[in-house]
Amino acid sequence: MNVTVFNRSGISDWILQRASSVIMLAYSLTVASAVIPDTSYEAWSVFMTQTWMRGFSTLALLAMIAHSWIGVWAVLTDYVTVRMLGSLGERLRLFLLVLMGILLLVYLLWGVFIIWGFI
Amino acid sequence: MKDGRPVNLDISTMKLPITAWASISHRVSGILTIPIFALFLWALQLSLESKESFQILQENFSAPLAKVFIILVLTVYSYHLLAGIKHLIMDLGYGETFEGGVIGAKLLFACTGISFILISWWLW
Repeated sequence: MNVTVFNRSGISDWILQRASSVIMLAYSLTVASAVIPDTSYEAWSVFMTQTWMRGFSTLALLAMIAHSWIGVWAVLTDYVTVRMLGSLGERLRLFLLVLMGILLLVYLLWGVFIIWGFI
Repeated sequence: MKDGRPVNLDISTMKLPITAWASISHRVSGILTIPIFALFLWALQLSLESKESFQILQENFSAPLAKVFIILVLTVYSYHLLAGIKHLIMDLGYGETFEGGVIGAKLLFACTGISFILISWWLW
């Protein structure tokens, strides 16, 4: 059963998983290179509230959500299955996927609020 | 998926090569990174809300136990990133043989060790 938002095909998942990983890698290095030399509040808040950085943060947030979803989907379809758990496998996997969807939605809203300064 | 064919593959009876450990721990670290993101978002929120909340965050992270925790969290995250880089390199066609995989896995564990030391050195 193919319960996902993104993977209409394996190829789109494959590409999205790699594209999102490169975005998050670039983002992690960018944040690290800003915070390691100067850990003061002033430098940090000025850096993070630049418009381009807010955009980059939003992009990284979206990448994180796509990447997490595909990753969890891949792991669940390997281990939480009918073969591993009997008839429970299918229902449990669906339940965990829905739970993950809700969690990632919370991350998305929470992240957008933080990045754009609504909190 | 429900074709009823028997699967005769009991991983618990096998001695796993280093490449398998690299692969499994890439998955485990990926799953662990999902709750870690909640921690990152929480820290990001406190760090940007105000100067006061930024200081509260710094105080929270200055306790020895908290530092150990943060070092471990960042090491897990950096492991997942490094394993991902290895994966991307293999996607490009390098190190796809078993021997290449073994070297890649050893390099991965070595780089993770280095990143653990760097993270600890920075935060302590």
